[in-house]
Amino acid sequence: MNLRRLGTSLIAPLLGVGISIAVTSVILIAIHAQPLAVFSSMIKYGASAHAMTLILNLATTYFLSALAVAIGFKMNLFNIGVNGQYTLGAMVGGAVAGSLHLPTILSVPITIAVAMIVGAGWAGIAAWLKVARGVSEVISTIMLNFIATAIISYTIVRTSVGHETSLNVRGTAMIPESGMLRGIPLLDPKTEIYGFFFISIAIGILYWFVLNRTRFGYDLRATGHSATAARTSGIDAKRMTVITMLISGALAGLVGLPYLLGDAGSYNLNFPTDWGFTGIAIALLGRNNPIGIAVGALLWAFLDVASGQLILEGVPREITTIMQGVIVIVVVMSYEIVRRNQVKSEQKNVARALEKQEVSA
Amino acid sequence: MNILKQRRMFMIAFSAITILSITRTFTDNSDLTSADTISQALGFAVPIGLAGLAGIWSERAGVVNIGLEGMMVLGTFGAGWAGWQWGAWAGVLAGVLFGALGGLLLAVAAITFGVDQIIAGTAVNLLAVGLTKFLAIVLFTNAPGGGQAQSPPIKGSIPNITVEAIANPLITLHDKGIFFISDVAGLVAGLFYQLSLLSVITFGLFAGTSYILWKTRFGLRLRSAGENPWAADSLGVNVVKYKYLAVTFSGLLAGLGGAYLSIASTIYRNGNTAGRGFIGLATMIFGNWRPGGTGAGAIMFGYIDTLRLIDTGNKNVRGLILLGALVLFVIGAYLMRTGKRSTGTAFAILGSVMIGAFLAAKNFPPEVAQVAPYITTLLVLATASQNLRPPAADGVPFRKGEGH
Repeated sequence: MNLRRLGTSLIAPLLGVGISIAVTSVILIAIHAQPLAVFSSMIKYGASAHAMTLILNLATTYFLSALAVAIGFKMNLFNIGVNGQYTLGAMVGGAVAGSLHLPTILSVPITIAVAMIVGAGWAGIAAWLKVARGVSEVISTIMLNFIATAIISYTIVRTSVGHETSLNVRGTAMIPESGMLRGIPLLDPKTEIYGFFFISIAIGILYWFVLNRTRFGYDLRATGHSATAARTSGIDAKRMTVITMLISGALAGLVGLPYLLGDAGSYNLNFPTDWGFTGIAIALLGRNNPIGIAVGALLWAFLDVASGQLILEGVPREITTIMQGVIVIVVVMSYEIVRRNQVKSEQKNVARALEKQEVSA
Repeated sequence: MNILKQRRMFMIAFSAITILSITRTFTDNSDLTSADTISQALGFAVPIGLAGLAGIWSERAGVVNIGLEGMMVLGTFGAGWAGWQWGAWAGVLAGVLFGALGGLLLAVAAITFGVDQIIAGTAVNLLAVGLTKFLAIVLFTNAPGGGQAQSPPIKGSIPNITVEAIANPLITLHDKGIFFISDVAGLVAGLFYQLSLLSVITFGLFAGTSYILWKTRFGLRLRSAGENPWAADSLGVNVVKYKYLAVTFSGLLAGLGGAYLSIASTIYRNGNTAGRGFIGLATMIFGNWRPGGTGAGAIMFGYIDTLRLIDTGNKNVRGLILLGALVLFVIGAYLMRTGKRSTGTAFAILGSVMIGAFLAAKNFPPEVAQVAPYITTLLVLATASQNLRPPAADGVPFRKGEGH
């Protein structure tokens, strides 16, 4: 039975990858490229130690972003605001880290705490609007994303928080080396695996434990399944909404940090701003399960990193964005089909069992 | 009932113009109500309004449409691609078709496959952005005047209409700076001054939507699919058909909005929509899923955008702050009279803070105007969400035969 469940839950992702390869091949042939050559060059590059390190690092970011989205999904909350939460968190965290001159053991935890608090605070506005004023979090977080963008550009362009950084673009002050969380060159002697890679594994385990092994996690999942049923069993749904949104925001606050503390050293105006949407896609692929999300994050990061190789094959790297889009659409559709078939087969089983009872009675 | 409603509309319009007029006089800034500003504001309002209207069609049939942004992106691309080769009108046609294809994709995922609608919409957004970026590189890189992220210039343009007989005398009247009268003149002149034909079409689409969705049998059935599809189904309405039509037409409208953007900037550019699909969604919500309010919301967004972009002496933002404060006072007073004491007080306090800022500072950063529409949306939602009523079965998947 368990094996069967595993099988059915693998159908959707495999179908997604398969169909997206097929669609991509058609497109590649249409632009006179060789699909096999393209895919093999992506895989060959992706398997190199250098690329694997880059993939792990990028996957770390995606994993955190998807977890932030997933915890909301578990409760039917749709946090589209991860973009705003993490960019604000990373900017304030970067500004604080840039002004601190403390040993790493103090500076990094302070930066992490600041980024999480800012992320949670920004998500908290949406939470308050939802429980106190009945505003859908989908719309409020979209608005808050736009507002965050304006706040960041104002702060960096017009206040003393912003400086000219070495890259000729304005950003927060460069973080001193003691404030950075560099990594270890585990696979490739020349590139480091972010320190945050290991932190995010711990966060993934904690996420699983809290959701599946604690009273809070039970309440959360129960509210997600049926708010009315949860209320009758004594769960304060409003309180759960606020707490979940705050946790989601706090996790989102972490999203920018692997790159900020492992690589960039300053939040500047070129900092990527749409990792939140990637997180939504990966949470969908991984069905809000930490292992599924990890696999999804690795797949996504592989496509992103290996796409850099495509220019050598004369193919625009955006072909992988199409692959990603197709994967998501096919996977969500097939999850739905699989779910319906499961319901149908369960109903049949129940009907059969009932029939037997009637016959024997 | 109708007379009461008309009186209320008249009162709102009257107070709005009075507030505008007071602000214009106090800040000595005739730009606030000039024909030029109004005409540009209408131009900015068109794509947002079309996105909002697209949202109305889809959500009135019970399908939440987060994919509007993606459908708009498809529209911008279609217009750039066809417009560059065969002219602006071909661009409009292609934009509309591409947008409708995006709508059809959402329909297949959300209606036939029953995927969560917000998720399906997000997927449409992802795919649209990826696809257009890819196609832009493939099709435009080696085209003369094109680039990796933009199309060659669109041939020709959509004509602008100016009714000089009406606009010119009104503009002269506006320039005289008489309290209230000149402002009305400027506002009206703006409607007849350099008005894009697409704006006229958009206005027609708003009026047409009001009529079709609320005054015809077709509209009643379409809306019944969004209110109670199971009841509609039991009465013999083909719910799935209506939902498909509504969502595809929604994509078509969003595509038209995208096409407008490309034609207005004479090229397709990656990221040209800049989140307008989402903003359209917001205008739809605070327009209470109705065309009138949605159009008004779009015009507000367009007006604020225009003031920010044409701000030469850095005075428009300051004007906007006074304007916002006065609006808050008026609404606050109205709320207090209708018994909503605490909300009314909150509005008055916020208004006073803004008056304070207005008096204290001479210069405001343009970011203030940038965030104003979003904060306004949040304020409207926070105070009025109890009065807003989305279609009852909005976002609920419908399966024939599965009752609720």
